[in-house]
Amino acid sequence: MNNWYMLTLTGEDRPGIVARVTRALFERNMNLGEASMLRLGGNFTIMMMVSGEMDAQTLEATLAPVASGLGLSLHIDPMQGGLHRHVVPNLMVRVSGADRAGIVARVTGALAEAGFNILDLESDVAGSAERPVYLMQIAGVAEAPLETLEAALEPLRQEGIDVNITPIEMLVG
Amino acid sequence: MEPLPILTIPDERLKQVSEEVTVFDDELRAFVEQLELTRQQGPAAVGIAAPQVGRFQRIAIVDCSNTRKPVPNHGNLVLINPEIVHWEGYEVGREGCLSVPDYTGNVIRATQIRLKAQDPSGEEHEYEMEGYEARAVQHEIDHLDGVLFIDRVVSRRTDLFKRKVYR
Repeated sequence: MNNWYMLTLTGEDRPGIVARVTRALFERNMNLGEASMLRLGGNFTIMMMVSGEMDAQTLEATLAPVASGLGLSLHIDPMQGGLHRHVVPNLMVRVSGADRAGIVARVTGALAEAGFNILDLESDVAGSAERPVYLMQIAGVAEAPLETLEAALEPLRQEGIDVNITPIEMLVG
Repeated sequence: MEPLPILTIPDERLKQVSEEVTVFDDELRAFVEQLELTRQQGPAAVGIAAPQVGRFQRIAIVDCSNTRKPVPNHGNLVLINPEIVHWEGYEVGREGCLSVPDYTGNVIRATQIRLKAQDPSGEEHEYEMEGYEARAVQHEIDHLDGVLFIDRVVSRRTDLFKRKVYR
């Protein structure tokens, strides 16, 4: 069985990066698993699961010229795990308001303590440079009843953090 | 009675547009029964459409009476030749599908619909639906038109969950 590697590429964004990198992998018979690309602060970032016959060193040697040609930094780690391990979130937490120090740590800390496991987190700063607005969406899974999680978040609301939690009712049809 | 095998992607037949039902006979009603049995076998499926079991006729079942958290619903509905005649509002929600194993995604659907459909005897009905049940109906009618929820998945950054105006 082939091994999975976690491949991380970051750097200045430009069109065609994904095409170039995945072409290089395809030409060497490497397969892709799950992948996620995001622009963060105008930068290109991607993490992808890659598997195939190559060992980590050969993979690195293969991709290093492609990455440097695109001005990207490359990182490869052997990884545990594999495909088909999705966990369906049952709760969605949304945070918004004026940007303030420690908001992520406070919210995620309260959630962790209540047994909430984060599956997906997006954090962004909208608004303008003069008036930044902080936004965060967290999808996750918890066994604790909604009331328990609400109670865990209540102290943050008292401090003026706008945070709400709603169940995600997944539909299968 | 045995449940029917479910077609799963990338089966091209799931893209087929289903035909209107014109004959309301015992054979149709027996099929509906078998379709319902198949739905109940699925992991927590609130709906199923005939093309998912390889019968390309406009038949679907929706039942939102047994969700984890109760939602407004019309009970177990057999929808023959269903047609949405009015849409209102939109909302993102998470969907999965018996025909798309091990994958879920966010889809935008109308929050309120008015639905016309026939029952297995051919009698016409009209329903006002909202929220989760309206979503289930839209998901199933899509199957009748050869459309899957993966054709409608929105980026996780498409945030219609909450819109606020800041000044």
